[in-house]
Amino acid sequence: MGLEESLPSGVLLTTVEKVAGYARKGSLWPATFGLACCAIEMMAVGGPRFDIARFGMEVFRASPRQADLMIVAGRVSQKMAPVLRQIYDQMPNPKWVLAMGVCSSSGGMFNNYAIVQGVDHVVPVDIYLPGCPPRPEMLIDAILKLHDDIQNTKLGANRRAQMRELEAEALIAPATQEMRGLLR
Amino acid sequence: MAELPQAVRGFWVTFATMFKKVVTEQYPEDSHKYPTQPRFHGRHQLNRWADGLEKCVGCELCAWACPADAILVEGASNTDEERFSPGERYGRVYQINYARCIFCGLCIEACPTRALTMTNAFELAEDNRASLIYEKQDLLAPLLAGMQLPPHDMVPGTTEQDYYANRVKGPAAVEGEVQS
Repeated sequence: MGLEESLPSGVLLTTVEKVAGYARKGSLWPATFGLACCAIEMMAVGGPRFDIARFGMEVFRASPRQADLMIVAGRVSQKMAPVLRQIYDQMPNPKWVLAMGVCSSSGGMFNNYAIVQGVDHVVPVDIYLPGCPPRPEMLIDAILKLHDDIQNTKLGANRRAQMRELEAEALIAPATQEMRGLLR
Repeated sequence: MAELPQAVRGFWVTFATMFKKVVTEQYPEDSHKYPTQPRFHGRHQLNRWADGLEKCVGCELCAWACPADAILVEGASNTDEERFSPGERYGRVYQINYARCIFCGLCIEACPTRALTMTNAFELAEDNRASLIYEKQDLLAPLLAGMQLPPHDMVPGTTEQDYYANRVKGPAAVEGEVQS
């Protein structure tokens, strides 16, 4: 990570960012985290008809140490939340989280004491995918939108500046618990 | 085939598979080749009458029918100066939270004026929860030819009964008998 600072700013830095983004999005290995019915659609995406191998993602890693993307497919119960967090913590950086389906996005129709009202209460979520369950095309669409994000990720000093900016924004933003109306 | 060694038989399967039809759908590139079923439950749409007035009357039956509490409706009264829908009431606030909506279609069954229907759009993924809440302007149907943007008056010489019986066919044209 010292390379970017020693180089003159300009063309080469953006090129390194692009190459790194291309490499990261080209082999984004998902961790298996199927919890409910959405996992069936996630398996269908891995199958031959939708064939997630077209995007270099066919290896669903059972070990979080080898995974880059956690597809949280299904409702997260309060008892499962610490497990989810531990698996997320065990994944090496850089890592991304995709909340698949309405249950993991916001709790969905399970607005009760047993279900975490959205996995963003537990881990930072990069992309939310609605649907109950989402059809495989919807998951591929969400993955491609995430690929766009990964391609445009910054590196080095720019990344740290971006993180500081996001942190400052997050500190003044209201907590999800304090939001009212449909946002809660 | 039975006398051949196992390895040859195995490779024969591999070889023969080359001539089979590929079942993979190239989704983002050839998505037009794999359309959804016509009655697919996708994103909602708030429809309009033929002259552009909104069909929604703000009755909140969709919100009551919703098992996931994803719909928020606030009705308001039409006035003669500002008329959004035929009849007394219109939906002033209409929000659907797609982070909760399970696309079951119970809201569509509950709607008394066919104001709420579902389209085939399904590419809804977003990177934050706030933009998953669709407001009224995101859900309203586009203005087709002959439609005028509300607020505007009902077609002259018609009542809301003509609208509900689908006798209003455009900004000024009314078919059949008109109750003046």
